Amino acid sequence: MNSNAAHKPVCAESDAITIAFTLNGKSHTAKVAPGERLLDTLRYGLALTGTKEGCGEGECGACTVLLDGLPANSCLVPAFQVRGRDVRTIESIPAERLGPLLESGATQCGACTPGVVMTAAWIRDHRSELQSFTTRALMAGNLCRCTGYDGIIDGLERWIASESGGRS
Amino acid sequence: MAGATDLLVHWPIRPEAQDKTYLDLSAISELRPFRWTDVSLHIGALTTYWDILRDPQTRAEFPLLHEAARQVGAIQIQSRGTWAGNIANGSPAADGVPVLLAYDASVVLTSMAGSREIPLREYYTGYRNSVRRSDELITSIILPRRRYDFSVFHKVGARRAQAITKVGIAVTREAGARAANPWRVVASSVAATVRRCPAIEAFLASGALVRVPSDFFASIDADIRPIDDIRSTASYRRTVLARLLYHSLRGVSATVV
Ligand SMILES: Cc1cc2nc3c(=O)[nH]c(=O)nc-3n(C[C@H](O)[C@H](O)[C@H](O)COP(=O)(O)OP(=O)(O)OC[C@H]3O[C@@H](n4cnc5c(N)ncnc54)[C@H](O)[C@@H]3O)c2cc1C
Ligand code: FES
Ligand code: FES
Repeated sequence: MNSNAAHKPVCAESDAITIAFTLNGKSHTAKVAPGERLLDTLRYGLALTGTKEGCGEGECGACTVLLDGLPANSCLVPAFQVRGRDVRTIESIPAERLGPLLESGATQCGACTPGVVMTAAWIRDHRSELQSFTTRALMAGNLCRCTGYDGIIDGLERWIASESGGRS
Repeated sequence: MAGATDLLVHWPIRPEAQDKTYLDLSAISELRPFRWTDVSLHIGALTTYWDILRDPQTRAEFPLLHEAARQVGAIQIQSRGTWAGNIANGSPAADGVPVLLAYDASVVLTSMAGSREIPLREYYTGYRNSVRRSDELITSIILPRRRYDFSVFHKVGARRAQAITKVGIAVTREAGARAANPWRVVASSVAATVRRCPAIEAFLASGALVRVPSDFFASIDADIRPIDDIRSTASYRRTVLARLLYHSLRGVSATVV
């Protein structure tokens, strides 16, 4: 599926749900339609267009955000479910921190990169807990059509090492 | 709805799904945790694959839960998808259901009228059909704590990561003499539902020697009727199932040589 079908669902004003949640460290409120996906709230409601839509079916990971600290596909999250919860998007990560990824050829067209970085940020912050998983296995939900993955894995490992212990 | 990982797939272009009414369970914190009693593990309706993956005790006692959880999608799905949603969704290719069946799980169905507990093996009545009434929710899944001296879960898909199962097995052998037949064999993606395979279980307990994978064919044919579909053919599935069983059990069961 391509993203053209994903225009913001319409609903009567009376059906809209007001939700309060934490977005990139700040309190936020948004009015969402009952059938609205978090991806659309972010992109069209809040103009945070860093989060991308690839497949709309949970396969590609381009829409990955951190929900209460865990990677989630925002195309599969009903927006109202983030009420009272913590959402972090690619906009929370300063671009100047991403040097190692750019240098290692981890990004070409860039469509997958925001999702890749969010999953990587989670791996970086939970190194010890995730020791029994390989980086490749943890990244299996982030597909890339350009790079062939070696650049991504290599770049991530260097990025994680360069930030070890640090947080963005 | 719970994690919505089945429900929201291609959501914007599914007006028929959008027109239905859903009850969101995600904020009912009582449904979240899993808990242990002396005799069982209770998995709440909102327990996710990741909740189980992070827990060392379930790994020690119910290792197949970990095996299956690791192979469900990727972290983005594991963090949101629930075991109860896997049962309720009812796909014959589900990966959570087979290991729950191999551990002889039961399902607690709750409605305004009360609760009932039914064995998971009696839950499905046909393709995506079950005994659950439309006013009932799955509120928990109960796994009896028993000792197993062997367990295995295998899933064969088009690729290693994030693939839909073409053929899957979950097998356990209970230690000690509690059960007349210690084997539990579950096959997925080879019939209209994930299902226990009583003929294969009886065959394993019969003492008959199994020298090649095709020795399983007679009991496989008694248990399941694989189908041709877009992911695979019936004869491929039958052959792969026989090989999975043979290679998983060789040397484990004295009769599989
Ligand atoms: C990219 C991708 C990869 C996937 N990979 C796998 C895989 O490898 N293996 C696998 O088995 N599955 C896989 N799935 C399917 C899905 O993630 C699982 O079936 C998951 O367990 C569903 O749980 P959920 O909480 O997200 O269900 P939801 O989507 O919230 O619900 C699914 C259905 O069950 C109903 N339901 C949910 N909870 C209850 C309840 N407590 N009582 C009654 N009804 C309920 C809902 O109404 C809905 O009809 C994948 C999905 C995606 C998108
Ligand atoms: S757009 Fe959400 S996973 Fe592909
Ligand atoms: S860089 Fe193009 S999809 Fe990954």
